[in-house]
Amino acid sequence: MRWIWIDKFTEFTPRTSATAVKNVSLAEEHLHDLYPAFPIVPNSLIIEGMAQTSGILVGEARNFEEKVVLAKINRATFHRLVRPGETITFAAVIEQLNEQGASIKGTVTAGSNELVADIELMFSHVDQNMKGMKFPEHNFVFTEQFTSLLKTYRDAASIPL
Amino acid sequence: MALSHNEIFDKVQDVLVDALGVDDEDVTPSATLRGDLGAESIDFLDIVFRLEKAFGIKIPRGELFPEQLDPAFVVDNKLNDAGMAEVKRRMPNADLSELEQTRDVALIANLFSVQDIVAYLEKKTAA
Repeated sequence: MRWIWIDKFTEFTPRTSATAVKNVSLAEEHLHDLYPAFPIVPNSLIIEGMAQTSGILVGEARNFEEKVVLAKINRATFHRLVRPGETITFAAVIEQLNEQGASIKGTVTAGSNELVADIELMFSHVDQNMKGMKFPEHNFVFTEQFTSLLKTYRDAASIPL
Repeated sequence: MALSHNEIFDKVQDVLVDALGVDDEDVTPSATLRGDLGAESIDFLDIVFRLEKAFGIKIPRGELFPEQLDPAFVVDNKLNDAGMAEVKRRMPNADLSELEQTRDVALIANLFSVQDIVAYLEKKTAA
């Protein structure tokens, strides 16, 4: 299984906002683990989907030169469950961004624009904030798996890389 | 018009309650961020972001929290004389006696208190 919880970007405005969607399929194993007779998307994975959407937005803002990690969930409020067959939309807006990290505000919807969750996250640029700790030279956060999502969006929208 | 001391304190209190999930009454002037309010390293960036928003200011890196002191002030994780003077200037209310003896940079974050943030903002917003 690939650790990727968004299917594609539908909007991407560098350094400002990004929107991604995920189609939830009953074929996903994890849906059956939380409540075996009542498959739902776990809230933790809804946070992960928002973290991936906004993490790529934050990484792109500095040309993927920083290792961007989810550092803090400032707030996550859930309003309804997500069931198989639904499409989740993750909309992220950068609130603040500096050399050390970023904060984002996210809105998760499903169905006919029904609110699923409000999520606020903080990201840290680890090389800037954890001096003294050794990290690999290569950017282990933004693997091809993630950057290809952005490439797919730009290809579809005919935006130069 | 510059904000009064109490107005600044009230805003700082709101910021710390939101950022650290503590209660209003925990945020006293002498409460230290790490020791008393349980702040971790990422919380310092969160607090900077929230203060910038609440006060409509920009806080350059290292200007508020002495965690990120200019390398010129530090030798082998110990403060030099210029660094000690800088910390005294920034944290006029803190008891720096232990730091004065050990010069251990790691101690600084434990001593930084709510009133040090307020003192910084008073200067910053008066400028």
